[in-house]
Amino acid sequence: MVDVLERPGQVEEHGHEEHHGPTGLLKWLTSTDHKVIGLSYTITSVIMLVIGGAFAEIVRAQLTSPNGHVVSLAQYNELFTMHGSVMIYLFAGPFAFGALANFIVPIQIGAPDMAFPRLNALSYWLYLTGSITMLSGFFVAGGAANFGWVAYAPLSNSANTPGAGADLWIGALLLTGFSAIFTGVNLCATIFYLRAPGMTMFRMPIFTWNLLITAILILLAFPVLTAGLIMLYCDRHFGTHIYSVVGGGVPVLWQHIFWFWGHPEVYILAIPFFGMVTEIIAVFSRRPVFGYKGMIFATISIGALSLGVWAHHMFTTGVVLLPFFSIMSLLIAVPTGIKFFNWIGTMWRGQVWFSTAMLMALGFLATFLIGGLTGIYLASPPLDFFTHDTYFVVAHFHSVVMALVLAGFGGLYYWGPKITGYMLNEPLGKIQFWFLFIGTQVLTLPQYLLGLDGMPRRVAIYPNSPQWKTLNVWSSVGAVMIGVSTIIFVVNLVYSWKRYPAGDNPWDGQTLEWFTTSPPPHHNFYRLPQIRSERPTWDYNHPEHRSLAHGHHEEPVHEEVPVA
Amino acid sequence: MRVEAKLLLGLGLFFGLMCAVYWNWSLENAGGVMMFAGMLLGFLPGGYYYWWSRRMKPRPEDDPNATQSGGAGVVGAFPGTSIWPFTMGMGAFLCILGAVFGIWLLLPGLSLVVWALFGGTAEGRRGGPH
Repeated sequence: MVDVLERPGQVEEHGHEEHHGPTGLLKWLTSTDHKVIGLSYTITSVIMLVIGGAFAEIVRAQLTSPNGHVVSLAQYNELFTMHGSVMIYLFAGPFAFGALANFIVPIQIGAPDMAFPRLNALSYWLYLTGSITMLSGFFVAGGAANFGWVAYAPLSNSANTPGAGADLWIGALLLTGFSAIFTGVNLCATIFYLRAPGMTMFRMPIFTWNLLITAILILLAFPVLTAGLIMLYCDRHFGTHIYSVVGGGVPVLWQHIFWFWGHPEVYILAIPFFGMVTEIIAVFSRRPVFGYKGMIFATISIGALSLGVWAHHMFTTGVVLLPFFSIMSLLIAVPTGIKFFNWIGTMWRGQVWFSTAMLMALGFLATFLIGGLTGIYLASPPLDFFTHDTYFVVAHFHSVVMALVLAGFGGLYYWGPKITGYMLNEPLGKIQFWFLFIGTQVLTLPQYLLGLDGMPRRVAIYPNSPQWKTLNVWSSVGAVMIGVSTIIFVVNLVYSWKRYPAGDNPWDGQTLEWFTTSPPPHHNFYRLPQIRSERPTWDYNHPEHRSLAHGHHEEPVHEEVPVA
Repeated sequence: MRVEAKLLLGLGLFFGLMCAVYWNWSLENAGGVMMFAGMLLGFLPGGYYYWWSRRMKPRPEDDPNATQSGGAGVVGAFPGTSIWPFTMGMGAFLCILGAVFGIWLLLPGLSLVVWALFGGTAEGRRGGPH
């Protein structure tokens, strides 16, 4: 039967409710439990990270010499297209708002599950089948899609890119797009309707707030892409000319539609990771989040502004309003700066514990700062004209995205014990961090120099210049280091498997997920604490240092928490 | 519910202002339409929440002094397991493959989607497997 749930009691342990559902493969096929679905998303998206990373290694191997012969020119086009597509569409987004959000958000707000559990399961199946659809392009005649991850018209029409690979790419994005939209609906409904008593909006953990903003951005942005893809498919197969000059269409319309999704997508990817980093920094600094409300309003501002900056990717088309998009893009630096200030403020005078998760968060700060500052360059049209379609842009977004990868690994080290009940090995984690962090800088810094020297992106061969070759070799060394860091993570997973029991609250966490068992039971909680701040678990475990609103502390009060 | 309403109404207002500025300044239609749609997506659910928030008692999750026992009662009905999401996902998969490899794949694809729609609806009404 369907479980009709009542709220768990306060503090007092209730009888443990055992869940007797299917086991084995049937469990994974039929479960609507957000934790099982979150775990499915996690496993699938990490596999996608490995696949996308492998494509990147081949691309970087090709570029170690000016006339590389690792792959053919056609294969190179497929590989860089699928590297970008897999990383953006199949790894970063689903990992953030599919994997960790699915697992963590309901628990952080004291909910028993997502609001629409079956829709949640459908989201996962659409994501998985979308991933298979995209990758199956390698097995059809003509190969996988090869028009870049942005599929600009008219390059992506049926005359310039014939074959099933491109259609599979479009179909995959339709499936994963609907998956994302359903997840957005589910997150909004869960956060609006399933919070525990006392969990007001301004007591929600920052991670949950960030996922709410992300969900709203998904609902604003993804339907636009889906509509654009359907029109692209119609152009390819039904003789419409929506993006074709020949039939009276407008090719640049695709760019407008794509980037109206594409730039918010950058923040759809980034904002969940901002939330992870905020949680990690607060817990490992033993401090409440500095400027809690400021963080929330900064995130709302970033989300809102991100929908008004799409055409800064189109400055060189000559048909966009340069001052509007430049001003809007530069404005994003302000709330982002507030976040940096607050992250530093959270650590300030804290008892900082340099665990692997914290190191990853600090690595995120440094790397994202580089990516963010170079983003300010690119928001300025005169500088963008100079660097557009060069490796400077590649370096900029790899700084940004690799910062998110650092944060994502931080999230896995931080919440992994809650998800599995077991810790990962810390020394191995720290070795992984240094390979990943240094590798990222070795990857991107030469690319900035290459871009400033004029090396175009998306090329398999380049002029035989000793300087360019040296910089490309260094960049490839960075890619290898990142690959090694991923291998270390896999080794850590295998080595640590059921070796270090975590306990319920190994980090002395502050939010509700650390109040329940590791892993949480079916429907998440046997009991709930009184919620009087954004740190209910901390308040319960440290009554002498209870939080008042937004980080103020009251005099120690020793009293028993009332039992229901 | 008021904070949720204000959040959405605020976003709607922001997009409305941006739409007005952008459309008048750029005379470019695609972006103007998309911002207008963004404004509606803020105002429609935001207006609905705001209308309700003025007519309903504060919920336990909106009450800063609520206790867990004060919020006691049914939270909702949650299916333990269901095969229908998987069925519908496979149906959608076949439909997409049909759009690439051959229209005949739409037949099993749509069949699965429709079967899952009816099956899932019926399961929701009568209660499915645990």
